[in-house]
Amino acid sequence: MTMIPFLIGIPAILALMFPLIRQQKSRAILVYLGAGIIMLTTMTFLVWWIGNGAQTMMLYTSTEVWDHLMIIGDIFLMCLIVYLSIKYRRILPILLSISQTVLMLYTEFTTELPEAVHMTVDWLTILMCIIIAFIGGFICIYTVGYMKGYHNHHKDVKDRQPFFFSMLFFFLAAMFGLVVSQNLIWMYFFWEITSVISFLMIGYTRTEEAINNSFRALWMNLLGGLGFAVAIAWMAKQNGTVQLLDVIQIGGAFPLFCLCLAGLTKSAQLPFSTWLIGAMVAPTPSSALLHSATMVKAGVYLLIRLSPALHGNLTGIVVSSIGGLTFIAASMMAIAQNDAKKVLAFSTISNLGLIVGCAGIGVEETVWAAIFLMMFHSVSKSMLFQSVGATENTLGSRDIEDMHGLIITVPKLAYIMGIGIAGMYLAPFGMLISKWVALKAFVDSGNFILVLFIAYGSATTMFYWTKWLAKLLSYHIPRQTVNDVTCKDEYTSMIFHVVVMLLLCLLLPFVAVWIVNPIVRELFGNSKDVLSMSVLATMAIMLVSVFIVPAAMFFISRASHRELVPIYMNGINAGDNRYFTNSFGEKEHLYLSNWYLRFEFGRRHLRIPSIILAAALLILGFCLVLGGVV
Amino acid sequence: MKVGFVLAYLVLAPIVGGLLDGVDRIVSARMQRRKGPSILQPFYDLGKLFSKEPIAVNNVQLLLNLSYLVILMIAGSLLFAGADLLMTLFILSTADMFLIMAASSDSSPYANMGASREMIQMMAYEPLTLLVAVGFYLTTGSFHVENIIQAPVSAVFWMPGLLVGFMFTAAIKFRKSPFDLSTSHHAHQEMVKGITTEMSGTTLAIMNIAEYYEMILLLGIFCLFFINSNPWSWLVAIIICAVIFFMEILWDNVSARLKWKTVLYGCWVVTLVAGGINILILMLIQ
Repeated sequence: MTMIPFLIGIPAILALMFPLIRQQKSRAILVYLGAGIIMLTTMTFLVWWIGNGAQTMMLYTSTEVWDHLMIIGDIFLMCLIVYLSIKYRRILPILLSISQTVLMLYTEFTTELPEAVHMTVDWLTILMCIIIAFIGGFICIYTVGYMKGYHNHHKDVKDRQPFFFSMLFFFLAAMFGLVVSQNLIWMYFFWEITSVISFLMIGYTRTEEAINNSFRALWMNLLGGLGFAVAIAWMAKQNGTVQLLDVIQIGGAFPLFCLCLAGLTKSAQLPFSTWLIGAMVAPTPSSALLHSATMVKAGVYLLIRLSPALHGNLTGIVVSSIGGLTFIAASMMAIAQNDAKKVLAFSTISNLGLIVGCAGIGVEETVWAAIFLMMFHSVSKSMLFQSVGATENTLGSRDIEDMHGLIITVPKLAYIMGIGIAGMYLAPFGMLISKWVALKAFVDSGNFILVLFIAYGSATTMFYWTKWLAKLLSYHIPRQTVNDVTCKDEYTSMIFHVVVMLLLCLLLPFVAVWIVNPIVRELFGNSKDVLSMSVLATMAIMLVSVFIVPAAMFFISRASHRELVPIYMNGINAGDNRYFTNSFGEKEHLYLSNWYLRFEFGRRHLRIPSIILAAALLILGFCLVLGGVV
Repeated sequence: MKVGFVLAYLVLAPIVGGLLDGVDRIVSARMQRRKGPSILQPFYDLGKLFSKEPIAVNNVQLLLNLSYLVILMIAGSLLFAGADLLMTLFILSTADMFLIMAASSDSSPYANMGASREMIQMMAYEPLTLLVAVGFYLTTGSFHVENIIQAPVSAVFWMPGLLVGFMFTAAIKFRKSPFDLSTSHHAHQEMVKGITTEMSGTTLAIMNIAEYYEMILLLGIFCLFFINSNPWSWLVAIIICAVIFFMEILWDNVSARLKWKTVLYGCWVVTLVAGGINILILMLIQ
C-alpha cells in the first residue's frame, strides 16, 4: 500500500517548491504539472483500489516515526499561531491553540493506546479524494490566470504569489490526509493544518479587514479544534482508543458531541458562519477552494462519517436542527446581498446547512441525499466562484447589478455562470434531486421542523438565484464595450466544471448506483434505492429536454420574421432603450435594479437572532449531553 | 390509459382553459352588473393575437415564452400521466423561471418590475405547494399521482388545512386579485401590464395558452384532494373544482390588490398555520 504517501506527499513537496520559483512562467508550468500529477495519482489510486476489489482497507498499524513527526508538527503549528497572534495582538487564538495542543500532548504521553490502524480507504474516502484532486486541481490551474489579472487590478496588494500557491497545494495535501485518516490524532493534525492554512490564505492581502477576518476564521476553527482535542482525550481516557470508527460504535454522547462541534465550526454552520463570510476578502481562488473542494467539505465529511451514530439521539437532533436553521437563515440573508461573492458565501452556508441537517438525521436516505448534495455543491460552487472571479477581473466589479446583460457583454462567462446557477436550484439538476430526497427523508423520519425549514428555505433559495439569473440574461445595449481578460487556463478549468456538472446530471442514475449507494452501504451496512431508477432516469431525460426545448424553440422562433421595436418606458423612449425623456424634457438614463428586501431579510435583522438561536441550541445540547455524562 | 390522459390534457387543456376563462369573464361581468363578452371571447382574442403583425422588443422573448409553454406542458403531462407530484411541482417552477427570464430579458422597466414581483409571488406560494405534496405523501404513502388517486378515502379528509392553504395560494397562480401583483387580467394595473408589458402578438398568445395549461394543471391538483378509488369521486372532484373556481372569481372581484409584503407574509403565515399544523397533525398520528 504505497499509494497514500504519494497522495499526500506530492502536493506537499510541490508546495515546498513554490517559494523557490520566482518566475511567473515556470511557476505556471509547475502548477499545471502539479495539478496534472495529483489528478493522475488519484486516478491511479482509484483504479488500483477498484482493481483490488474495492474493499474497505485498513492500513498502517505501526507508525512510530510518523506519530512523533506529527507531534512536532502540532507544536510547530501552535508556535506559528502564537507568534502571529502576538504580532497582531490577539489573545483568543493563543489560549485556544495552547490549550488544545497541551491537551493533545498530555493525552499522547500519558495514555497507552493499543496498536490500531491509522488510515482507511473506502468509497467515501475515494469520493472525497476525487473531489479534492479534480475540483481542487482545476482551481489551482485557474489560479494561475486569475492571480495575473488580480495583481493587475490590485496594485496596492503585495504580490505574494509563491506563498499563495504553496498554501493551495498544502491545503490539498492536508485534505488528502484528512480524508484517509482513521486515527483521530492523525485526523486532528490535518484538521489543524487546514485551519491554519485557511487563516493564512484569508489574510493574503494583509489589509486590516483581511487580518480581522482571518483571525475570526482562526479562532472559530480553533474552537472546533479544541472540541476535537477534547473528544480525543476523552476517548483515550475512557475507552482506550482513538479510532473514528470506535467513536461511532462505542464512543457515547460526549466525544460525539465534541466532534460534531468541530464539524459544525469547520462547515461554517450557525453560530460560526461569520468566518466564511469574512473569508471573502481573500482572492477568489482561495474562496473557491475553501467553499467547494476543501475546508467546509472537511466539516461535512466528518459529520457524514459520524452520521450513523447521530440517528435518534440528542446530538443528532442538535446537529440537524442547527443545519436546518442555517439552511433557512442563510438563504434569507442571501436575498439581501448584491455582492456576488457574498451571495455565493451565503448559499454555501445554506447548502451546507442542508447537508448537515441530513447528516444529523443519520438514516440511509438522508445520508444518500447529503452525499449527493456534497458532490453537486462542490462542482457548481467551484464553477460559480471561478466565473464570478473572472467576471470581477473583466468588469472590475463583482456587484450583481453590474452584471446586467452579461450575456451581451461577456457571453461565455454568462453561460458558465448561468449553468452554475441553474445547477444550484433548477428542476432537473442535481441539487434539486438531493433536496427532493432530503424532503422525503425528513418526512419519513418525522422531523416536522426540518420539513418546514426545507419548504420555506427552498422558496427563498429560488428567489435569490432567480433574480441573479434574470440579471445575467437581460438584453440591453452595453454602456461601454468590455474586454474579456479571462485567460485560457481559467476557461479550461471552468469548462471542465461545466462538463462535469452536465455529465453528473446526465449520468445521475449511474452515479447513484455506483458511487453513492456503496458509500451508504459502508456507513450503514445496508442501502436501499432511495429514488427509484425510473425517477432518476426521468430526471436525466428532463435535463436533456430543458436544453433541447429552448434550443428547438430557438430555431422555431428564428424562422418567424419579426420587426424589432423599442421598449415602453412611460416617457418618450430616446431611441435605444437606454434613455427616456423625463418630465423636464431632459434625457434620463434608465437604471434597473433587482429587489434585495434589505429591510426584511437584511443581515442586520436576521444575523443576531439566528446566531443567538443557534448558539442557544448548541449550548443547551452541550449542557444536556454533559449532564447525561457526569 | 395514461397516454389517453396525457393526450387529453395536451389537446383539451387550452380549450377547457379558454372556456373557463370565458366563463370567468361572464361571471365577473355579472358580478359587476355588466353583460360581459361571449364565452368564446378568449378564442377570438387568441385568434386576433396570432394575426397581429409580428413585432418584438428582442429576439429571445418568443423563444423563452415557447419554452415556458412546452415545459408547462411537460409538467402537466407528468401530473396527468400519474407521475411523481413533487417532480411536477418542481418542473412547474422551472417553467415559471422561463416566464421570468422572458419578461426580464427586455430590460424594460415595467416588465422587469413585473418579473421581480413574479419572483416574490413564487417565493410566497412555493412553501405551500411543497407542503401539499408532503401532505399527500403522508396520507396516501406515495408521491405518485397514480397511487394518490387509488386511495380508499379522499385525501381532503386528512388535509383540509392544506386544501384551504392551497385555495389561498392558488389565487396567485390564477393571477387573481388580491394577489395579481405581477400582471393582472384587468386593465387597471399600476405598472402597465407588468410581466407581459413587452409581449405582443404571437408571444402574448403563447403566454396566454401556457396560462390555460397551468390553470388546468392546478385544477388537476385540486381534484387530487377529492379523488379516491370510487369512480364517482371523479364527478365530485370536478364539481368541487368548479365551486373553487367560482370562489376564486368571487374573491377576485371583491378584493383590491395588496402590497407585495402583505402578499408574501400573508401567504407564509397561511402556509404555516393552515399547512404547517395540518402536516404536524398528520405526522403525529402516523
